[in-house]
Amino acid sequence: MAEETILSVVDLHTSFTTDKGEVKAVNGISFNLTAGKILGIVGESGSGKSVSAYSIMQILEKNGSIKSGQILYKGEDITKWPESKMRDFRGKRCSIIFQDPMTSLNPVFTIGYQLEEAIKLHTDRRGKEARDRAVEMLELVGVNEPEKRIKQYPFEFSGGMRQRVMIAMALACEPDILIADEPTTALDVTIQAQILELMKDLQAKLGMAIIMVTHDLGVIAQMADEIIVMYGGRVCERGTAEDIFYRPAHEYTKGLLRSIPSVDTMGQRLEPISGTPINLLNMPKGCAFCPRCDAAMKICLEQQPPETRTVDGHLAACWQAIRTEMDAGMVRVEQKA
Amino acid sequence: MDMNYKPNPEYLVEVNDLKMYFPVKTGLFGRTPLKAADGVSFAIRPGETLGLVGESGCGKTTVGRALIRLYKPTDGDIFFEGKRVDDKSIGGLRKDMQMVFQDPYSSLNPRMTVEDIIGEPLDVHKMYTSREDRRDQILNLMEMVGLNAEHATRYAHEFSGGQRQRIGIARALATKPKFIVCDEAVSALDVSIQAQVINMFEDLQKQLGVAYLFIAHDLLVVHHISHRIAVMYLGKLVETADSDELNANPVHPYTQSLLSAVPHPDPKTAKNSKRIILEGDVPSPLHMPSGCPFRTRCRFATEQCAKEMPQLTDRGNGHMVACWNK
Ligand SMILES: Nc1ncnc2c1ncn2[C@@H]1O[C@H](COP(=O)(O)OP(=O)(O)OP(=O)(O)O)[C@@H](O)[C@H]1O
Ligand SMILES: Nc1ncnc2c1ncn2[C@@H]1O[C@H](COP(=O)(O)OP(=O)(O)OP(=O)(O)O)[C@@H](O)[C@H]1O
Ligand code: SF4
Ligand SMILES: [Mg+2]
Ligand SMILES: [Mg+2]
Repeated sequence: MAEETILSVVDLHTSFTTDKGEVKAVNGISFNLTAGKILGIVGESGSGKSVSAYSIMQILEKNGSIKSGQILYKGEDITKWPESKMRDFRGKRCSIIFQDPMTSLNPVFTIGYQLEEAIKLHTDRRGKEARDRAVEMLELVGVNEPEKRIKQYPFEFSGGMRQRVMIAMALACEPDILIADEPTTALDVTIQAQILELMKDLQAKLGMAIIMVTHDLGVIAQMADEIIVMYGGRVCERGTAEDIFYRPAHEYTKGLLRSIPSVDTMGQRLEPISGTPINLLNMPKGCAFCPRCDAAMKICLEQQPPETRTVDGHLAACWQAIRTEMDAGMVRVEQKA
Repeated sequence: MDMNYKPNPEYLVEVNDLKMYFPVKTGLFGRTPLKAADGVSFAIRPGETLGLVGESGCGKTTVGRALIRLYKPTDGDIFFEGKRVDDKSIGGLRKDMQMVFQDPYSSLNPRMTVEDIIGEPLDVHKMYTSREDRRDQILNLMEMVGLNAEHATRYAHEFSGGQRQRIGIARALATKPKFIVCDEAVSALDVSIQAQVINMFEDLQKQLGVAYLFIAHDLLVVHHISHRIAVMYLGKLVETADSDELNANPVHPYTQSLLSAVPHPDPKTAKNSKRIILEGDVPSPLHMPSGCPFRTRCRFATEQCAKEMPQLTDRGNGHMVACWNK
């Protein structure tokens, strides 16, 4: 099967205006999403993962806007689309599972009503057909006695159950692209396993492409075909799960992997990356990670490292990685568009 | 409620036979009690962390909320430092018993600045000497949880998920409580900031003897931070043991399947791991199965399991299990 790129994000910049100045949340990220594949995004809390997702859907908060860059859906730049066309895009072609299930469900309507409305909005199903579909979807995501549960309100559901309702809502419309922002963090591991299976299943069946944002490195290791690691609104490394977990090249990725609690570190202190998170109001001139990096050199302070191919063929934007390559005599600086 | 129940003075928090039922409308006139917590008992010593894990919807948050009396329990006894926690006593105990809420979005007022969100408990309990002192305390708290002090005047909605979670943690820490219910307190954080926050929780514990009820889905994290772990299923505790013991020798069939489903942060193990996939649906808490709550999905279920509810029994060294066949 030929690999079809369904979505391309090209040099995206997104900022927020605040009374303290411009918060540069996304600073030039690019990636391609292939139909039927799962792209995993990990990175520091506050590194612009959700804002990237909201930029694609064009659902940024009022003080935020896309400053530059393109978002190509099947070749068309959707940042140029009028709101009416975007409304069609959201839901029908691209659904999002939000990180915060409580605020995305309306507290004054029943679960069933909200599910049915979403189904009516994005499909041709009406009346009883929409209701049956709502029940069917709830069952699919493991909510028991769905006929009774659809009459309940969001506050009557546990955190994990609300998350499953959100997943049901996003999947009910069978979109081409599913953006899942921390879809399973509120779920226990058994239900999580079930939901991940379900997502994989639907992805294979419908050829759906998935962007999966998560802090759970176990989930990413298991699900993603390709992984992007983000820091300070930029991509610092990208590759397969094996590349990222076994051959990390960027200093941030290495630090991240060192912080995972494991059976070997029980009873010991965990090892977080030292230093404070980046201030997006005042981005460093060179590498965004430089102020916290133990391996930083002079050039790191002054110049942004370009994305460069490592020996094994994945990409990292780190001067230290480039130096290692140069020492090995194999550098091919390949700047991404 | 058992007015004659004698709390053990060694414990900071003691819970005896806690029941929390929610009335749920079924049909036109009917109301069925939803038994979110059904006879839960445990105790936590000063300076101890009890991990609480279990299926989504099994009642963990409910137990946490009932503990600090955000819910009025249907039945049961709760003690803090040997004192009964009830409507009368809770006012004076709030300062010492705090909670980090599971949902960092809905639990923070979006129209308040971070400074005021974290400062509110300080105001309520009058815990500062001057405006400067208040501000210093707030900035100190922000630093402890890895938030940039320059963001103190921003509104909650301007923060990312993990940043909001840290605001919630800072707020819970503000009154220097002796006991904190951490409900999925680190789930929205990347592993590095998570490590930082966990280290901070552990430092507070060592320095000040803070105790935690640590509710979480990430079993690696729970294993790391907890001294003991309690496993909950459909409103009941089914197994409790020391942290290492539980991870090395899970006895209850539910605990076994839970541990087998942990996704490992390693691509090779993740793709080849053998999971015990649970058969059947999670039963509804509206229609509890007779006998053992887990029997409808249990590989080892026998006739007896349908007849009688197994009680927690000691299998040696305080490893408690509620199962007829294991
Ligand atoms: N409305 C807003 N106004 C100002 N800054 C904002 C706003 N929304 C987000 N930000 C900032 O943009 C940055 C990126 O936020 P984003 O939500 O994308 O982070 P994230 O990578 O999804 O983090 P997390 O893992 O914690 O969810 C953060 O530093 C956040 O504080
Ligand atoms: N206010 C309420 N009214 C009615 N039912 C409720 C209420 N709060 C919780 N429940 C029900 O009680 C049960 C336990 O919910 P709880 O939130 O304690 O679960 P949990 O173990 O914390 O789950 P999760 O891991 O998904 O957060 C669920 O079936 C839920 O639907
Ligand atoms: S580019 Fe330099 S500062 Fe940035 S991560 Fe690599 S070594 Fe560290
Ligand atoms: Mg986010
Ligand atoms: Mg909960």
